[in-house]
Amino acid sequence: MNKVLLGLLLGAVLGAVDGLTSWFTPAVRAQLAGIVIGSTVKGIIAGIAIGFFARKVHSLALGIVFGLAVGFALAFLVAYLQHGYYFEIILPGSLVGIIVGYATQRYGAAPAAVPATTR
Amino acid sequence: MNFLSDKTVDRLRQNANLPDLSGTRYQLLERVARGGMGTVYAARDQTLDRRVALKVLDVAVADGDLALRLNREARVLALLEHPGIVPVHDVGTLGDGRVFYTMKFVEGQRLDKYIEAVASLPDRLRLFLRICDAVAFAHARGVLHRDLKPANVMVGAFGEVLVMDWGLAKILREPSFAASQDDPDATILHAPQASNASADGTRATQITGQGTVMGTPGYMSPEQARGDIAQVNERSDIFSLGAVLRFLSSNPEQSSRSKAWPPNRALEAICAKATESNPANRYAAVSDLSADVSRYLDGLPVSARKETIFDKALRVYRRHTVAILLIAAYLAIRILLLVFSRR
Repeated sequence: MNKVLLGLLLGAVLGAVDGLTSWFTPAVRAQLAGIVIGSTVKGIIAGIAIGFFARKVHSLALGIVFGLAVGFALAFLVAYLQHGYYFEIILPGSLVGIIVGYATQRYGAAPAAVPATTR
Repeated sequence: MNFLSDKTVDRLRQNANLPDLSGTRYQLLERVARGGMGTVYAARDQTLDRRVALKVLDVAVADGDLALRLNREARVLALLEHPGIVPVHDVGTLGDGRVFYTMKFVEGQRLDKYIEAVASLPDRLRLFLRICDAVAFAHARGVLHRDLKPANVMVGAFGEVLVMDWGLAKILREPSFAASQDDPDATILHAPQASNASADGTRATQITGQGTVMGTPGYMSPEQARGDIAQVNERSDIFSLGAVLRFLSSNPEQSSRSKAWPPNRALEAICAKATESNPANRYAAVSDLSADVSRYLDGLPVSARKETIFDKALRVYRRHTVAILLIAAYLAIRILLLVFSRR
């Protein structure tokens, strides 16, 4: 599986799980569907960005740092738009970024090298 | 009357054994090692201006079977052109009738010495896989080594692994050069060797008779130890490789840099299967043994051991430790957030 696709799938799954955990918060349970969709989209965007980064940069440390930065930025944006729950959104969102960053560096397949004659 | 000391006698004997290389293109430099059949010297190839290793029989045993065996060793090496097998350059006879051959001068360390500085088990196993590559190639060419042990493997200055000392090698069958017959250069190079190998294959059985014990205790297979030549085949080398693997995977000597490895059942099972006393229970081919070691290195199940669910879980955990810990951390944070948000 290539790194972008891996990032996309992992971001989508972790984003959806992240959104589903809001069910445990009665105050926002009514908006569960919207939260899950928004969280999944956020995860997909983060996953694609981190996947493309992993294709270009082959470094576990940089992959994790980039994942953390993207996860943090997107989670901060969501929390800012909701005017609250900063800690509850940013902390797990950043960790999801770290997980996707690690996974795309460690597991995703690098694109096949293009033969010199076709360049 | 003055008696000569043992030291003097030994020096005189060594000088008497020094090969007279006049009439050859080689110039003697120094003695490198002493083996059962003869002595290896460093020499300079004056035509190509390079350092070579020259193996020559000692004076006392310069005729008969040993001469035949040294000649055959050179021809076996000529059959085996592989990066993991020391290449032979030349073979000939000295003025005094002693057989010699020259080969690449390998500047490095014997495996048993080299691994003292290799504290990582995966690094040691990768060395082992390269030994397996060379032996598998020899088997594909119909040649058995019959004396595989750490002392017969050299690791070069650039990490290259070379299997040495093919003096006890046995040619099982005439090698096939069908694949290279289209290449005119290859035909020129290989054709004479093929015919020689055929002749040597017959000689091999003459040299090594039933009941002859050849090999090194601790590394030779039970069939070799019994002198059961008819039973010696590829699986005998696999036994020796298993013993080499056991040696390589044994704990490094405790030092400030190295730490003891935990008991490893998968690796122990691979060693046990390779060194089964019954050849039929060993790996069928060197490639099967190396595939199992590769699987172990990749954190995959090995064929030598049926694993329990606990073993499988432990293997998966070892293979994906960071990913599992990250997900566990994520779940822990989620649970903590829920607990605190409800207070």
